[in-house]
Amino acid sequence: MSEPLPDYLSQAPAVAARFAKIKERPVVLEIDHLGRQFAGEHGPVVALRDISFKVHRRELVCVIGPSGCGKSTLIRIIAGLDEPTSGRMLVDGKETSGPCPERGMVFQGYTLFPWLTVKKNVMFGLKMQGMADDQADQEARQWIDLVGLGRFADAYPAQLSGGMKQRTAIARALAANPRVLLMDEPFGALDAQTRAQMQSHLLEIWRNVDVTILFITHDLDEAIFLADRILVLKAHPGEVQEVIEVPVPRPRQLTQLNSPEFLATRRRLEELIHPRVEAHAQERLPIIRLTQVGDDVE
Amino acid sequence: MARPRWFSVRQELTPKRGRMLGVLAFVLPLALWSLFSYIPWLWHPMVRVTDPGDVDWMRAGLLIDRHDFDKEVASAHDAHTHAPVGFRANPIYFPAPHAVGRALYTAFTTAPVLKGDLWLHESLWMSIQTIFWGFTISSIIGIPLGILCGSFIAISRLTEPFVDFVRYMPAPAFGALMVAIFGIQLEPKIAIIVIGTFFQQVLVVANTVRKVDGALIEAAQTLGSKRRQLVLRVIVPASLPDLYNDTRILLGWAWTYLIVAEVVGVSSGISFFINQQAKYRNFDNVYAAILIIGVLGLTIDQILAFIGKRLFPWKNPRASRIRAFLGKLFGLRPPGTPAPKPPQLLST
Ligand SMILES: Nc1ncnc2c1ncn2[C@@H]1O[C@H](COP(=O)(O)OP(=O)(O)OP(=O)(O)O)[C@@H](O)[C@H]1O
Ligand SMILES: [Mg+2]
Repeated sequence: MSEPLPDYLSQAPAVAARFAKIKERPVVLEIDHLGRQFAGEHGPVVALRDISFKVHRRELVCVIGPSGCGKSTLIRIIAGLDEPTSGRMLVDGKETSGPCPERGMVFQGYTLFPWLTVKKNVMFGLKMQGMADDQADQEARQWIDLVGLGRFADAYPAQLSGGMKQRTAIARALAANPRVLLMDEPFGALDAQTRAQMQSHLLEIWRNVDVTILFITHDLDEAIFLADRILVLKAHPGEVQEVIEVPVPRPRQLTQLNSPEFLATRRRLEELIHPRVEAHAQERLPIIRLTQVGDDVE
Repeated sequence: MARPRWFSVRQELTPKRGRMLGVLAFVLPLALWSLFSYIPWLWHPMVRVTDPGDVDWMRAGLLIDRHDFDKEVASAHDAHTHAPVGFRANPIYFPAPHAVGRALYTAFTTAPVLKGDLWLHESLWMSIQTIFWGFTISSIIGIPLGILCGSFIAISRLTEPFVDFVRYMPAPAFGALMVAIFGIQLEPKIAIIVIGTFFQQVLVVANTVRKVDGALIEAAQTLGSKRRQLVLRVIVPASLPDLYNDTRILLGWAWTYLIVAEVVGVSSGISFFINQQAKYRNFDNVYAAILIIGVLGLTIDQILAFIGKRLFPWKNPRASRIRAFLGKLFGLRPPGTPAPKPPQLLST
């Protein structure tokens, strides 16, 4: 306990070497001075300002930040579902916009097509690309097996639990063979246990598939557990506050949740996201005491 | 366990109670009808004369107001003449259940009064044809147009204001116009059903289509769906069960337009039969015909509901009630039906 936590800035040589190698890989996704304004009641609201970052091939980058800092806005712009007011986005060095299967997305809410079975859901993207039925069928089966839902290929989404729905959604997005997989708090609605399972499961899938992942979350542990790098946003306006290179070695296990590297990263994230304790104290609600019973109820 | 209560907000009844109430829904009105028909001191404002006595304007079998009859009895009493005799009866427009029940059969077997008039079954068939063609024509144009309105704002802006405007014009108002255009046969009647249904249909369908979850559309976009595919592969299948139900409800409205449509031009179909029978004061036949319309409508609706449950298994993984009933009746499933899948949450 008394052992001092390592300073997160001074990287161990092994960690530095790992990130040097990652940065040698080609850049798959580049965000260049991206900005987004919304028309508000009292003039324009700046949701995102001057966001720039690069994601390398097969990297897993998490975006974290307080509620309302523009995480969803950012990922929706990258998915092509929203337009930036300034800046550019490049995939494999080419400027793009608009939705496209090269940028697959897993949403927070359940967006499986309820009228299609698990298998047909996974086949959807393949069919859109004009693949023949039996070939799409075969390929879909592979993805379903990969996410461990082989037994439920013919079930309808209404018959699945939340975790299974999100696994199907991951299979559906991956089947379309995206360069980047965008995930907007995909496990946000799941209970803690299922969530932990899904995190390990996602890492397992990612290790076996050539895909780059941009993952949005507001859960600090989830971000550290999953990410190579964490992009910390701040709110009003949404800007990149800091990029953290996570020193926790891979492959990750749940036992690492208490390792010194993990705790050091977590402390740093906490400092960034909840900067001052006094600010909280000022916001304390004026709660009055409504009970006569003492705190030491027998 | 405590006995379940009859009235608790939004709680399911036991199946037995549910069935019981369903039967009661028809038995209660019938019982009320029977009470007023068969218990002589309930209502019965008329008197059926059996013996006119010395009242010269009365005939045996005449149905007259009870007050007039009582007055005649009193005056006969005062004048020491023969008082008329009769029993209490209901007005002619209120036939007893058994009379209507008999009419349900005899209406089909009685030849029409005038030569050239139609038998009841011929009238009914004519009505069914009118409604079928009217509703089909309306749906063939109205449903696709509604889907386009719900999918593309430009089409909605271009179409819906005008459709909304015409919708408020009562369809029967077009009667004379339709006769001038289409002549006096079945065509103007079909046209009126189309006018009555079409404009509502476009708006109802458009609204249903607009309710499709936008997240599904976005998900499809990130999977590479283009405009055409979004409409055909996402919007249409997502709204299909609701569209099916809309169509069922609109078909019910079409039946109400049928009656006004049929008096346009040369009166035809079931309304002609009803009007004709009312003219001859065969009110038991009138009730029989109205009942037949009700039974026909209910039957068609139930058949459509039954088909709907099978068309959209993803909406209703539960075994349908009718299937369960048949299963119980015969101890087996009807051939060709897949084993009903119980709804179950598969664990992760
Ligand atoms: N369509 C819109 N019109 C106007 N303002 C918007 C719109 N969408 C988002 N905003 C604003 O942009 C800001 C960022 O919203 P966004 O949903 O991206 O936040 P978030 O980080 O995803 O929050 P959360 O963690 O709660 O999901 C918010 O202040 C929000 O009010
Ligand atoms: Mg969000």
